[in-house]
Amino acid sequence: MSQIPPLFKREFLGYFRSPVAYVFLIVFLMASVGCAFFLGRFFDSNIASLESYFQFSPWLFILFVPAVGMRLWSEEKRSGTIELLFTLPVTTLEAVLAKFLAAWAFLCLAVALSFPMALTVAYLGDPDWGVIGSSYLGCMLMAGAYLGICSLTSAFTKNQVISFVISVFICFVMVLLGWSVFTDFLGGYLTLPSWLVDIVSNFSFTTHFSGFVKGIVDAKDAVFFLSLAGFCLFLNVLVLDR
Amino acid sequence: MRTGGAQENSSGSVIRCARQIPFTDMIEVQGLVKDYGSLRAVDGVSFKVNRGDILGFLGPNGAGKSTTMKVITGFLRPTAGTVLVGGHDVTADPVDVKRMIGYLPENAPAYPEMTVEEFLGFIAEARGFRSSAAKAERIERVAGLCHLTQVRRQTIETLSKGFKQRVGFAQALLHDPPVLVLDEPTDGLDPNQKHEVRDLIKKMSAEKATILSTHILEEVDAICTRIIIITRGKVVVDETPDELRARHGGARLDEIFRELTQTDT
Repeated sequence: MSQIPPLFKREFLGYFRSPVAYVFLIVFLMASVGCAFFLGRFFDSNIASLESYFQFSPWLFILFVPAVGMRLWSEEKRSGTIELLFTLPVTTLEAVLAKFLAAWAFLCLAVALSFPMALTVAYLGDPDWGVIGSSYLGCMLMAGAYLGICSLTSAFTKNQVISFVISVFICFVMVLLGWSVFTDFLGGYLTLPSWLVDIVSNFSFTTHFSGFVKGIVDAKDAVFFLSLAGFCLFLNVLVLDR
Repeated sequence: MRTGGAQENSSGSVIRCARQIPFTDMIEVQGLVKDYGSLRAVDGVSFKVNRGDILGFLGPNGAGKSTTMKVITGFLRPTAGTVLVGGHDVTADPVDVKRMIGYLPENAPAYPEMTVEEFLGFIAEARGFRSSAAKAERIERVAGLCHLTQVRRQTIETLSKGFKQRVGFAQALLHDPPVLVLDEPTDGLDPNQKHEVRDLIKKMSAEKATILSTHILEEVDAICTRIIIITRGKVVVDETPDELRARHGGARLDEIFRELTQTDT
């Protein structure tokens, strides 16, 4: 694992060596804050909380996390630098972890940069900092789970567009499974028993994220996100080792 | 796992090339076979490279030169056969093998958004030169060797083909490896640069085992101590340039090359 720091550093700084980081951060913040204002009616709700900000995170991540994750392996494969990387004295696991952690750190930075929203509610009212903290924690853990999926799909192809589209699709399904409209459809229209609907929605990002937004930090939810990311990275190593 | 077996070995923070290794056979390839799906790219290749040797790897495009090199460097796993580098088996402990090898891949891939200095700094760190003094010293040395000093702060994507190739070369030499594997090292260079790279390879060859692949036959004549000609994944010639010429009645190298490989293309 000693080889992770140099690889992490190169990957993380790589975002800032190109316009990717700046374009991503600006557009992500505009979109997420815009959703909170215009769709979430941030001010109209008259509540000093960030719920109207975080409720859109699962949906925004469908597009934004694959935008970060698609290049992880596809770009290395296309440009041939994967040959350079894997002839350095590193193990596949080290490389996979280093790249994942770098991209995850970048996503966490993007999420954390919404802090003026927290300052705003603190200025306007008296928010519950515990809830805000757990929302940020949940949001970052969820980003890791999305990113695991994107890293895996990226390892399959040297084409970033394919990697992006497949990641978006998988992430979309993972959100959809827990969306109330979808679960109502399963339970009401298809009259599936409620235990089955619960099982289906238990595989969704939104189901496990909702607790964090309410201020409930449940180990089960954290384990879900981390184990999903871990499982994807395990497959990622296998794919690269073929 | 590509690099599974050697994980414990890689945990030491200081990574040095074992230059005092007693093996004279630095590279030993035995019955190497590599399949891509149903296509057999390398078919039972065997050879040895001693310290001090410069092995010229010749063959038409698609003969299996690059594939053989990729297996030796641990990037690809062999379908069958063994590759030993400095006594380490490339399948069993790939990380140890990778530590001993300086590898210049075809077309010298590098991260385009990094400057030359950042890129070499990254390679230095990944090769175990973590302190800024050791790193700076390594970069200084290879930047001088490969004449990169004037472009140190330029991003790699803005460099000409010749400079990119030199960056790849610098990257391969950075840890002063006992084994050099160079896939078309002079590709894309102008005649002066070619000459320079050849001189450099020659100068360093005494304490290293070097393999280089090339299309340029005069290059083989100029620097190689041994020639291997490979077609359709099989070795058809393995001798010194002089022996080869003597056997073919003093014919020119390119004539011999064509004679040996033409039937296959």
